[in-house]
Amino acid sequence: MAITLLPEFENKIETAITHYPVSKRSASLPLLHLWQEEFGHISDEAIDWIAAKLDLQPINILELVTFYPMFRRQPFGKHHIRICRTLSCALGGSYETHACFKKATGAEGDDHGPVSSPDGKYTIEFVECLASCGTAPVVMMNDDFYEDVNESKIQELLQKYQ
Amino acid sequence: MAAPQRRLIFKHIDAPGYTNDIDCYIKHGGYDDLKKSITMEPTAIKDEVKKSQLRGRGGAGFSCGMKWSFIDAKKVTKPIYLICNADESEPGTFKDRQIIHKDPHQLIEGMIISCFANSVKLAYLYIRGEFPEGAKILERAIEEARAKNFIGKNILGTGYELEIYIHRGAGAYICGEETGLIESLEGKRAYPRIKPPYFPAVLGLYMCPTIVNNVETLCNVKHVINMGGEAFAKIGTPNNTGTRVLCVSGDVNKPGYYEFECGSLTMGELINDVCGGIRNGRKLKAVIPGGSSAKVLRAGEKFKLKQKGADGAMVDKEITLEDIPVDFDSFAAVGTMAGSGGVIVMDDSRDMVECLANISEFYAHESCGQCTPCREGSLWMKKITHRMAHGQARKEDSALLKNVADNIAGRTICAFGEACSWPVQSFLAKFPEEFQAKANKDEELVLGK
Ligand SMILES: Cc1cc2nc3c(=O)[nH]c(=O)nc-3n(C[C@H](O)[C@H](O)[C@H](O)COP(=O)(O)O)c2cc1C
Ligand code: SF4
Ligand code: FES
Repeated sequence: MAITLLPEFENKIETAITHYPVSKRSASLPLLHLWQEEFGHISDEAIDWIAAKLDLQPINILELVTFYPMFRRQPFGKHHIRICRTLSCALGGSYETHACFKKATGAEGDDHGPVSSPDGKYTIEFVECLASCGTAPVVMMNDDFYEDVNESKIQELLQKYQ
Repeated sequence: MAAPQRRLIFKHIDAPGYTNDIDCYIKHGGYDDLKKSITMEPTAIKDEVKKSQLRGRGGAGFSCGMKWSFIDAKKVTKPIYLICNADESEPGTFKDRQIIHKDPHQLIEGMIISCFANSVKLAYLYIRGEFPEGAKILERAIEEARAKNFIGKNILGTGYELEIYIHRGAGAYICGEETGLIESLEGKRAYPRIKPPYFPAVLGLYMCPTIVNNVETLCNVKHVINMGGEAFAKIGTPNNTGTRVLCVSGDVNKPGYYEFECGSLTMGELINDVCGGIRNGRKLKAVIPGGSSAKVLRAGEKFKLKQKGADGAMVDKEITLEDIPVDFDSFAAVGTMAGSGGVIVMDDSRDMVECLANISEFYAHESCGQCTPCREGSLWMKKITHRMAHGQARKEDSALLKNVADNIAGRTICAFGEACSWPVQSFLAKFPEEFQAKANKDEELVLGK
């Protein structure tokens, strides 16, 4: 297993671990987040590396990746589009927003899980309540948050995230 | 006309020129309450919180003073931890996000005071994974507070020492349940723990006594210290003290967050005066008053509520949905709950079976899977409501749905069991004709388009 990590990244990992003086295992989620931000997804190597770093078995990390919806085992498109599916957003038209994003990007398939556009540029995902129900429908473009995203705003957003 | 808003927690939120950095916060009197608290005896702070009758704002409405009294710092030999629950994932709720983004220091100050009161030296702020910007804002706020010696070693020269770290979740609703949260913070799947014996106050984080409080609750602690417990208890109504941040979403003209004294307005005033009534000129059909787990209320329904009569004696009054005072006890009395303060409004064009199918899908997605009734039942409820909503209802579906829901509540490790079955039970009870019409495939009858 030959992974070379940038010193800056390793520093972030070491700092995260210091936040849990009682139990290193607590640093599992932070390390998974850091890894996914750096490499885009959680590979087999990531699981082995994080487990070794925290003196755990790989299964202890894998079971987190399969439990927490935000972690992914496969690479996503360049931009990750999350659309809220839950009631207030649905009342505000989020199913239309979701369908429109899929149509505009050519992403097809499963209604719920992540689907990617054929050019690999976008991965679109229906997610549960994003805690901004008063400005429904809400959308996250990568880590950026957008309110009242109805069909008329979709082209503009896709232009912005090229 | 509704009483005017009383902004205590949201006082500065959205105020022109108010920014989320520490200088702005201090300019507005920020951290003065910490300076005051840190000269007090920790037990004196706990007494003030008890006197304030502050109730938790995370969902259950449990007395904060009582929760804190379960841990006696003088007797406990293990470390005591405090966790701020910033998982905010209950559908319909969007208040903690505003505090985190726009007034993070209010939360940090409330947290430090609460830690000092409970002799906590290490605290975590558990924030949901989908708040990446919120997490950055809080990281910066903590650094700013550390630079001013409000966090760290020898705080303000008193010898008190405290560290606060941010811990990000990763998209699972069940991390909002306090023992699931603790497991998650220990680096495990967020499987809620069985109580007894795993009450956080006894066997919490790392099997040590732990206090878990919601963001808004911890902010309130700061104001309790500011005005004193007795003065705080005068805001609102007896047993429903302080203010309540209400998050209104769905079919109203002006959705948003509003803060009122507990019990100072009615549901009708909230929906019609504050939120500008139902959008598109439609009529009110249903309200979920406290986050998606709360039981639904139907417009036109009559409720019995004990209220003060003209002679001051308590009498049973028959009231409508619009008459319900917005406070903890009134919602409980009409058979639902004030919960997290998330009010979801539905107009008369809405198909209640579809609305329930949406909610059931949420719970099916979020069940942690430990308990068979919840894991299997939540999926069944999703499947049945979906087929009903999509024209494939079977004659027996209403009864089947009720049977599944009735066999979850009360038979699970955590309150998610109730959270997923209450919507099903209440939608079925309040709108039986809509479910029946699906079974009869006679939709027009229901919507009255
Ligand atoms: C399924 C479930 C989800 C919950 N989600 C949240 C949440 O997102 N935020 C929160 O503060 N409390 C949530 N709670 C309530 C917490 O378990 C806990 O009661 C609360 O954080 C205590 O804080 P308080 O006393 O200050 O309200 C949830 C409870 C359950 C059963
Ligand atoms: S009730 Fe549901 S969410 Fe709670 S522990 Fe059981 S399976 Fe998990
Ligand atoms: S329902 Fe979409 S943000 Fe809450």
